[in-house]
Amino acid sequence: MSTPHDSANSVFRLGLFRDFPTLMHYRDFGGYQALANALSGSPEAVIGEIGAAGLRGRGGAAFPTAAKLQMVRDNPPGVRYVICNADEGEPGTFKDRFIMTHIPFQLLEGMAIAAYAVGAAQGFIYIRHEYPEAQETMRRAIAAARAAGLLGADILGSGFSFDIEIFSGAGSYLCGEETALLSSIEGKKGRPRLKPPYPTQCGLWGKPTLINNVETLANIPPIVDRGSAWYRALGTADSHGTKLISLSGDVVRRGLYEVPFGTTFREIIYDYGGGLKQGRLKAVNIGGASGVVVPPWELDCPLEYDACGQRGITIGSGAVFVMDDSRSVLENVRNRIDFFLHESCGKCTPCREGLRQAGRIIHKTLAGEAVLADIDNLERYTRTMQNAAFCGLGQAAGNSLISSLKYFRDDYEAMCRDQNQAAPKEATA
Amino acid sequence: MSTSLQAVREIVTASSSGQAALLQVLLAVQDSSPENYVSEEAVNEIAHLLGVSRSRVYSTASFYSVISLKPRGRHIVRVCINAPCENAGKQAVLIALEQELGVSLGGTTADGRFTLEGVSCLGACYMSPAIKIDNRLYGDLTPEAAVAIIRSYGEEDTIEHTA
Repeated sequence: MSTPHDSANSVFRLGLFRDFPTLMHYRDFGGYQALANALSGSPEAVIGEIGAAGLRGRGGAAFPTAAKLQMVRDNPPGVRYVICNADEGEPGTFKDRFIMTHIPFQLLEGMAIAAYAVGAAQGFIYIRHEYPEAQETMRRAIAAARAAGLLGADILGSGFSFDIEIFSGAGSYLCGEETALLSSIEGKKGRPRLKPPYPTQCGLWGKPTLINNVETLANIPPIVDRGSAWYRALGTADSHGTKLISLSGDVVRRGLYEVPFGTTFREIIYDYGGGLKQGRLKAVNIGGASGVVVPPWELDCPLEYDACGQRGITIGSGAVFVMDDSRSVLENVRNRIDFFLHESCGKCTPCREGLRQAGRIIHKTLAGEAVLADIDNLERYTRTMQNAAFCGLGQAAGNSLISSLKYFRDDYEAMCRDQNQAAPKEATA
Repeated sequence: MSTSLQAVREIVTASSSGQAALLQVLLAVQDSSPENYVSEEAVNEIAHLLGVSRSRVYSTASFYSVISLKPRGRHIVRVCINAPCENAGKQAVLIALEQELGVSLGGTTADGRFTLEGVSCLGACYMSPAIKIDNRLYGDLTPEAAVAIIRSYGEEDTIEHTA
């Protein structure tokens, strides 16, 4: 990871990148001061500080973190859980893996503070199966934190107790959806549940549960330690703090970058990533497989929730995937639709059948066998998925397709076998 | 040879986390199997020991792509098939691996040493195209480099065998 901006303005504790980051080293960099601060004050004060910082969920949905903490806290007294969603399966994204393998204690500290805020005694980290090294690092970090009295019973002599268990995923992208993740921990198929009730009221085994992404939880210690004013100053008036960007594709320097909100996508690609390796820029996929595909002229959009939202750009998990002009946007979208078709759980018809039909038409288009009416159907099926799918997977699965139709419709139409031919009966049915 | 029933019993007994057991037990049982799968006998034993129905165990096991109900090779070669790796030359790497191993995606070599699988994202897009063999990640691959890596595993296996 590199940061062109000053490391004093970094949310992530730089200088900790070693084969195995030790607890001592983390504490040398000010680690665990935030937990001590939090425990010496009230849970309400912690939630207040996070709220003042304006932290929003970094998993993709961007829900205000303090509001979620408060919802869990507001439940009647009783058992409640904190779950770290480390099922990072979004193609193009690798930020959570980086946090877990290089700064595991920042995540553990964030979880402990969140648990104190909501009144939880037990936490889980749901780590995808594809990250065995992250699972191993987190296990070692948990053992070290426990031995130092920073996890387990009576943390730092405060009377507050909280412990964490690692739970391994088993190769299902859908388990990143929070209710599917709950089902998975409960030993069932990782299929989504109807909301409401939301996990904040009725989560793991029916108990109130806080579920946050790795990056979100890792943002908490610096906010509690250095204050909400410092944190807000890092970003823009609309979006606060920094964002981890997973940059990949046809750029000179692929990698993970911490960028302040307000940085434009053009700066991310050219200043951080060093520009294109060869050729000219054709398209950029922003937000991962469930994100959008945009042309070069959209890149002056700043990384900001409002500005991106107005242009239909989803920041998502922070993936930026660059394609030069030798790439086919259609092939790229086909890959994403194939991915979602494989990962769809089949529970609801719009997702299950919509993806099948979308896949069929894209393959047909790439084979030069589609007609113009097929492209209209493709758009119609995808809109249905976006509007009617049961969970976020199906609702977002067509984002790359719809955005590519918006900006690169010519590419689709050029692949149709006869621009003037009437649609065959099958395609118009 | 599948996991012994005794091993299944030990794994279930060791999983003191109680409620959060089934998926983790399935993964542990599979890891302890030299053929990297969960056998029918193991399913029966897990259902019996956890006090859940066999259909519940099958339902969970069949949902997750990592869990196999059929025997596989000693080493699982996972090739990332998503867009960043595909754009970076995954297809050429995959073809080279298929030729070297003599199997197509999903197949197991005749000597039972390797199973070749596709995987959705290894979180290594900064070094695409990437593959994972068991728990080890390899990135920035060319077809030649991928073949060399497979051959190095072949040699390790032979050394282990003759040692």
